[in-house]
Amino acid sequence: MLLIRRFEEKAGQLYGMGLIAGFCHLYIGQEAIASGMRHTMKNGDKVITTYRDHGHMISTGSDPKKIMAELLGRSDGSSKGKGGSMHLFDFEKHFYGGHGIVGASVPIGTGLAFADKYLGNKNVTYCYFGDGAAHQGQVYESFNMAKLWNLPVLFIIENNHYAMGTSQKRSSSTDQLHKRGEGFNIPGLKINGMDIFDVISEGQKCVDFVRTGKGPMIIEFDTYRYRGHSMSDPATYRSKEEVSCQKEKDPIDSLRHEILTSKIVTENDIEKIDEAIKSEINEIVDFAKNSPEPDESELLTDIYN
Amino acid sequence: MIRKLTVREALREAMAEEMRSDEKIFVMGEEVAEYNGAYKVTQGLLAEFGTKRVIDTPITEHGFAGLGVGAAFAGLKPIVEFMTFNFAMQAMDQIINSAAKTCYMSGGQVRCPIVFRGPNGAASRVAAQHSQCYAAWYGSIPGLKVVSPYSASDSKGLLKAAIRDPNPVIFLENEITYGFSFEEEYDEDHVVEIGKAKVIREGSDVTIIGFSLVMKYALEAAQQLASEGINAEVIDLRTIRPIDRTTIVESVKKTSRCVTVEEGFPFASIGSEVSSILMEEAFDYLDAPVKRLASVDAPLPYAANLESLALPKTANIVAAVRDVCFRN
Repeated sequence: MLLIRRFEEKAGQLYGMGLIAGFCHLYIGQEAIASGMRHTMKNGDKVITTYRDHGHMISTGSDPKKIMAELLGRSDGSSKGKGGSMHLFDFEKHFYGGHGIVGASVPIGTGLAFADKYLGNKNVTYCYFGDGAAHQGQVYESFNMAKLWNLPVLFIIENNHYAMGTSQKRSSSTDQLHKRGEGFNIPGLKINGMDIFDVISEGQKCVDFVRTGKGPMIIEFDTYRYRGHSMSDPATYRSKEEVSCQKEKDPIDSLRHEILTSKIVTENDIEKIDEAIKSEINEIVDFAKNSPEPDESELLTDIYN
Repeated sequence: MIRKLTVREALREAMAEEMRSDEKIFVMGEEVAEYNGAYKVTQGLLAEFGTKRVIDTPITEHGFAGLGVGAAFAGLKPIVEFMTFNFAMQAMDQIINSAAKTCYMSGGQVRCPIVFRGPNGAASRVAAQHSQCYAAWYGSIPGLKVVSPYSASDSKGLLKAAIRDPNPVIFLENEITYGFSFEEEYDEDHVVEIGKAKVIREGSDVTIIGFSLVMKYALEAAQQLASEGINAEVIDLRTIRPIDRTTIVESVKKTSRCVTVEEGFPFASIGSEVSSILMEEAFDYLDAPVKRLASVDAPLPYAANLESLALPKTANIVAAVRDVCFRN
């Protein structure tokens, strides 16, 4: 969680310095979800998400240096600098993107699960999307096929309550997104996405349901992003009070408090972790900055294979 | 071996043969299994390969196209049938943004070996929403390969090549040609390379270039023109992307005149592209401006007389060739 938080803070800084361009959607506030669900994953499980993808890719164990290099559009980036922030992939870690079109990753994720069922293995696809994407028609086309064919896919709605600048109240006929599968006979569960222990324990139950062949399931994580929709969004549609109130539930602060009070770690241990991550972030940034831009010959490679 | 096959039989054979040799290939689409295909192209596949590999989908083009893309990312080789390509507009985002671009966006990590196939272009009297040629639409997208065969042997050979291709391939068929019979030579493993046009009639005075159903009209026109002393060369493009520039340019260098024919709309059409290629690579060889024949610039009408006026036919090709040969 802390690595993702610091990574995203640094990405925000580098964006401000002009080293990262285009669209850059930060995961700050939502870290407990990808970090927690990682603990429920087995080797071979697949992950797919939308454009707010840095945290998910880090959580698959992918090298953050390559992710940062990708954000900077450098040749050592995970996509050789050709994808950018919204199009991160790590095929070896079974991370299938990184998709820029809202909702489009849901049928694709359903297809990843279709492949696993077709090939007869026990993998689960973790298909993440936001509350905004949850209104797209193709999501419901996917729900229908996923249940019809009993596919091992976990639909994970990260409900941060804002579809870009439109609040859920103004865009959703109901606020119970985990019940959106009822018409398809897909069970759903709402989980506190700001507490990593809840994410892991409740998330595990859902993963077990899917992995044991019972078909798809929907999780709605209740969460919040502290920053704007993307770096170009000042988020003036939310009050300072609302944001600071949400920050009181911060997943990292509450975990810190929890492990300190239960004496699992000492203040000194926490400082060491902070320092280690700070130095890792420095290495990540140095690596990305020192990586050259892609060779001009790369313009016309990877169009076909 | 010389065999007489319809286009429909040829396409079916291509799928069946490839499915026998690779377990990762499956067919999905509306009515492909129990109904045996809306146009019977998939007839018998369910009986041979079973429900795991021949899958009826709900009517959700966007959803099942995207599902197919995901399955392809994960290593399967889907053949996704659209009942017609008119319905694939529902799935356009998945075809363009997901299937075509992910290889590039992932720096070559993620492959998408998928075939999207089905009838394209006008059928007969089904009006505007069911009658459109998408060759130019898909042809403009890097990351896609686009194939549109005419004869049965090309249909078989190119579909087998498309299924084996590691890239997304748009395979544009034609409802009217499904029942056309061709007596042609077949190899035991009949594969036709994507990206190669075919000179289907040699000539010296003018080059007629097209693809799919209009090749029938082009050949009829060539025959008629021969009786007038005009010896037309006829080229079946077969592949729209990557287009075979060499065959086009070499032919026109020889004949110095060119007419293009297609059923798509005229604006930014395949004929426009061919014309542009000739401007770039054969300008000095041209004795007349290239003439493009396409559908009229209007949605396709239902009325029989208007429909007939809207699409290029043999007589239009004959007239266009006379124009470029200054015979009118």
